[in-house]
Amino acid sequence: MIPTVYRVSERSVEYPGTFTLKLEVGNPEPDKLPMRFAPGQFNMLYAFGVGESAISFSGLGSGDGKLIHTIRAQGNVTRALERLRAGDSLGVRGPFGIGWPLHATVGKEVLILAGGLGLAPLRPVIYAGLLERLAATRVRLFYGARRPSELLYREELSQWGQKLDLEISVDHGDGTWPGHIGVITDPLKAAQIDGANSVAFLCGPEIMMRFCIQVLLSKGVPPNSIYLSMERNMKCAIGLCGHCQWGPNFICKDGPVFCYEDIRPWLQIRSL
Amino acid sequence: MKTIADLLHEHPFFRGLAESDLQFLASCGENCVYHKGDYLARENSPANHFFLIRSGRVAVETFVPNRGPLCLLTLHGGDIFGWSWLFPPYISAFDARALEDVRSLRLGGECLRNKCEQEPKLGFELMKRFARIATERLQSARIQLLDIYGPDHQGHPA
Ligand SMILES: Cc1cc2nc3c(=O)[nH]c(=O)nc-3n(C[C@H](O)[C@H](O)[C@H](O)COP(=O)(O)OP(=O)(O)OC[C@H]3O[C@@H](n4cnc5c(N)ncnc54)[C@H](O)[C@@H]3O)c2cc1C
Ligand code: FES
Repeated sequence: MIPTVYRVSERSVEYPGTFTLKLEVGNPEPDKLPMRFAPGQFNMLYAFGVGESAISFSGLGSGDGKLIHTIRAQGNVTRALERLRAGDSLGVRGPFGIGWPLHATVGKEVLILAGGLGLAPLRPVIYAGLLERLAATRVRLFYGARRPSELLYREELSQWGQKLDLEISVDHGDGTWPGHIGVITDPLKAAQIDGANSVAFLCGPEIMMRFCIQVLLSKGVPPNSIYLSMERNMKCAIGLCGHCQWGPNFICKDGPVFCYEDIRPWLQIRSL
Repeated sequence: MKTIADLLHEHPFFRGLAESDLQFLASCGENCVYHKGDYLARENSPANHFFLIRSGRVAVETFVPNRGPLCLLTLHGGDIFGWSWLFPPYISAFDARALEDVRSLRLGGECLRNKCEQEPKLGFELMKRFARIATERLQSARIQLLDIYGPDHQGHPA
């Protein structure tokens, strides 16, 4: 699959080293439809001459054909993406993978559990909830970050707080921080959750997801109502190269979103 | 007007304990209110009390030279604070500072220790509850130490 050339139309810094790009197609062909994607899917972003990285969609397709991605500068490719400014070009392949099962939220309480940059691929789910495209009874967001200055989408967070149940926890904060200080599992444990009627979407460091799953199970959330997004290094993103193999799955085409019930055995194997 | 036993009954820490046990423990307790900025406990001071937080937020802090107070954890209604009264030398390991007005139940440490000695079955039940919370806090502290959202651990996700 050959990358399509896109241009950066907007760039904003979330906090040092983490930024959001809005991309639009470089040379629109008259008959070509805008890219359609589902929350939880990802693109391969290609910094010319450097390489490609898998990056999730962090916004909903707004119908204007623009793509939104939030990226943490981590290594060669993502650092090259960080250097892009409005007007610069990059290659885009996608969309790839299977996203969040939004249909599973019908009539349920949706628990969105995000750790660090894990909020990025969950933001489209939050938008869907706010736009009432989710037929859920209630949407709750539990978001853990390192410190208040490393919260993503800060302005939006305060608006979301008025529309959905929001619990933010930071590892480090001071007395001026109004939320919880500690790990995200604390507010999750303290929450009244109707487990049997809930569906949970998790994205964050694996260890954070493992601890959250324990809490969810203890609150009666069934294993087949827990979904998590896994990450592994990607290369082809179409199930050919084997780079992202995880147990019997290829994360690029069978995931990145998996149902906990289906992947439980693989999650328990270290360094798999 | 609620009695101390009623308030103990309402607090999640004592959930499931027999009414007679709560009555027995109630004599160790008193209801108290702390205003924003007040300390429930001070680092390196005698740890005389066990706190059941009913409402309001409490910061568990330690003082780091050249950095000032460092908040490790915030506690809320339904949480507990303090088990240093349980083990010699009965010295508080952290500061506990009210971040807003806090309503709490305070149980005397010595009184509780005596009750546990008198009623070993109840004592064991309480120890299990303390041990569970202490283990959870230890686990949380370890996760915090890992800096899991930091760049090296690729907090990320997908
Ligand atoms: C499905 C999927 C969705 C993703 N979505 C996003 C996103 O929305 N935003 C974002 O910033 N990142 C996302 N990532 C992670 C991103 O793909 C990697 O951080 C990126 O590929 C690193 O590339 P690099 O060349 O800059 O770093 P490299 O030079 O390749 O690596 C730098 C360091 O990061 C580690 N690393 C590289 N890739 C990964 C990976 N996939 N997982 C864990 N560690 C890795 C390397 O081992 C090395 O330690 C996603 C990954 C996957 C698989
Ligand atoms: S990235 Fe090649 S098989 Fe998944």
